[in-house]
Order: sequence, then C-alpha cells, then structure tokens
Amino acid sequence: MAGERNQFEETIKLTDKQRKARRSRSVAIAVGLAILVVIFYVATIAKFGPSLLNRPL
Amino acid sequence: MSMVEQTATPTPEVGLSEATAGDFIALLKPRVMSLVVFTAFVGLMAAPTPFDPLFSAIAILSIAIGAGASGALNMWYDADIDRLMSRTARRPVPAGRMLPGEALGFGLVLSFLSVMTLGLLVNWLAASLLAFTIFFYAVVYTMWLKRWTPQNIVIGGAAGAFPPVVGWAAATGSVSLESIILFSIIFLWTPPHFWALALFKSGDYGRAGIPMMPNVAGEASTRLQIFIYTLIVSPIGVLPWVLGYASAGYGIVAAALGVGFVYYAWGVFRMAPADRVMLPAKRMFGFSLLYLFGIFAAYLADSLVARFLQAGIL
Repeated sequence: MAGERNQFEETIKLTDKQRKARRSRSVAIAVGLAILVVIFYVATIAKFGPSLLNRPL
Repeated sequence: MSMVEQTATPTPEVGLSEATAGDFIALLKPRVMSLVVFTAFVGLMAAPTPFDPLFSAIAILSIAIGAGASGALNMWYDADIDRLMSRTARRPVPAGRMLPGEALGFGLVLSFLSVMTLGLLVNWLAASLLAFTIFFYAVVYTMWLKRWTPQNIVIGGAAGAFPPVVGWAAATGSVSLESIILFSIIFLWTPPHFWALALFKSGDYGRAGIPMMPNVAGEASTRLQIFIYTLIVSPIGVLPWVLGYASAGYGIVAAALGVGFVYYAWGVFRMAPADRVMLPAKRMFGFSLLYLFGIFAAYLADSLVARFLQAGIL
C-alpha cells in the first residue's frame, strides 16, 4: 500500500508556477508561525512579568 | 482497477494548487478587513478603560484575522456564484488558482487561531463575540440568508456590525449601551450601502441567482427602502452626543454627515426608472463609505480628546 502511494506520488511533476506558488506559501506559513510565537512570548512576559520565574522548582 | 493500470495511467486530475501567499491574503478580503479593524479600534478606544498598547494591538490583530477567516469561509462556500459575477470572478477559488479545500482549511484554522488568541491573551467575552461573528457571517449569512431572502444583508449586516462591540468587550470585558449604539449605526447603514451597489450591479446578482432587493422587490421599492433606512440611521448616528457619550463637536459632524446621507439617498429615490447609468446610486454608494468612515473617525477623535483631557495633556 505504502509502495503504491510512493509510486503514485513520484509521478507528480510540479510545474514552475506550482513550485513558485508552493515556495511562496511555505515562506508565508513560516512568517505567520514566527509572528504567532513572538506574540505569545511577548504577551506571556507582559502578563506575568518576573513572577513567571518566581515559583517552587 | 489493477495495480498495473493504476501506475501506467498518468494522473492529470490530481489537484495541485497554484495559489500564492498573495491569493491567501486576497481570501481575507483586505478591504473589508480594513473597515473591521478601524471600527473595532474605535470601539476599543472609546471604552472607558486605561489604554494598553500591547493587548489592544493583539485584540485588533485577532479581530482582523477573525474577520479575514470568515471572508475565506465565505469565498470557499460562494465559489460557484462568485464565478458568475464580474465583481468576484477573479477571486482565487473561482479563478481556479486555489483548491476549494485550501480556502476551507485556511478559514477554519484562522478562525480557531484568532478566537483562541483573543480568549487566552485578552478575555473570553471578546473571544466568544468574535466566534459568534465568524459563525454569523460564514454560516447564518453566507450559507443560509444570502441565497434565500432579499433581507439577506439586513440580517447579515449584524456580522459587519459586531467588530466595535468586540473591540469594546476586549477593552472592558463587558457590553454596554455605547457599544450597542456603534453596532446599530453599522447595522442600519448596511442595507442602504449594499442596496445602492445592488441597484447598479443587479444584472450580476440576477445571473448568480442571489435574491437581492432590486431583483426581488423591484428598483422602485429598493430606492424607497434605501431612503427610509438613511432616515433611520442618520439620527442614530447623532445619538452618542444626545446621550452624553460624545461631545457637541461629534454631534455636529454626525448631523452633517447624516444630512448628506439623506440627501444622496433622496437622489437615489428620485432617480428615473429609465436611468441605466444610475449615477445617483453610484454617488450614494461612494458617500455611504465616507459616511461610516466619518462617523467613526469623529467618534475616535472625540474619544482621544476625552482621554487627553483626562490625562491633563490638553
């Protein structure tokens, strides 16, 4: 089954346009995720401040 | 089908996307989003609470992404009728650049992310209102009202009217009369705004089988209803001053804009039935955008002046 799928996927050849579009989407996803991480990091620090580290280990 | 046949046959029908990041941004309806951001920002700034730049920015970003997500879900569901209208035929899904499933997945993921971000980082009332707004636009308006009744944009207008309430809720954690008035202004502004567009685009809507008011009730009835709605919305626009939430300066600007809105609607009402250029309807459509922007800009300016006075800056 897995072999059948690999064989099927290998038949797909991306055109230049599709490859460029995929790259553009990948970059956008990376940027979007990075922004989300920064937002949650900064908001967590701003919300809890130094008290975030003030806990029993 | 045997294994041999399957591997020997090329699979040109396999859907491969040509959608770029720009197409996904187009899916968010940036122009609608800009109005949502602006009205939500006014709701947030008008709230009687200290301004927190970081969490205000997060709230506005979440509201903007939520609005964009509902736009993506709308474009996924409406691809069949968007294909038939000149105004929407070049959108990514009907134009064939994007697979419908991509638009659906994008809309669902962004809906989830925007609501969770607003809930976790700001407050859950604002997040619930945002979730309801997305549901109302994508399901109640797009899937149900739009193809069913000429009152589609009357009821569906609520989705566009929620952002200032969400902004207010993000700042205060509550909903109050001030935010309900801001809601009412957009809610009552929506029918004359869209019906002015529907008058000169009635052929488009007719081809797509969407029951807009001019196609169902006729142009004369639509022109009368546009005029009646502007007579209702114009005094509501002045209400924040009458109730003491805004200064006389705001009241004067809102009254002047209201008079202008009624004037342009009167022009549409008196438009000759044989007029196919429909310049009065086009002018009214343009002025309706100016009206809403002007009302909210005046309210924002008023709120900022009140904040500066309170802080002793002015």
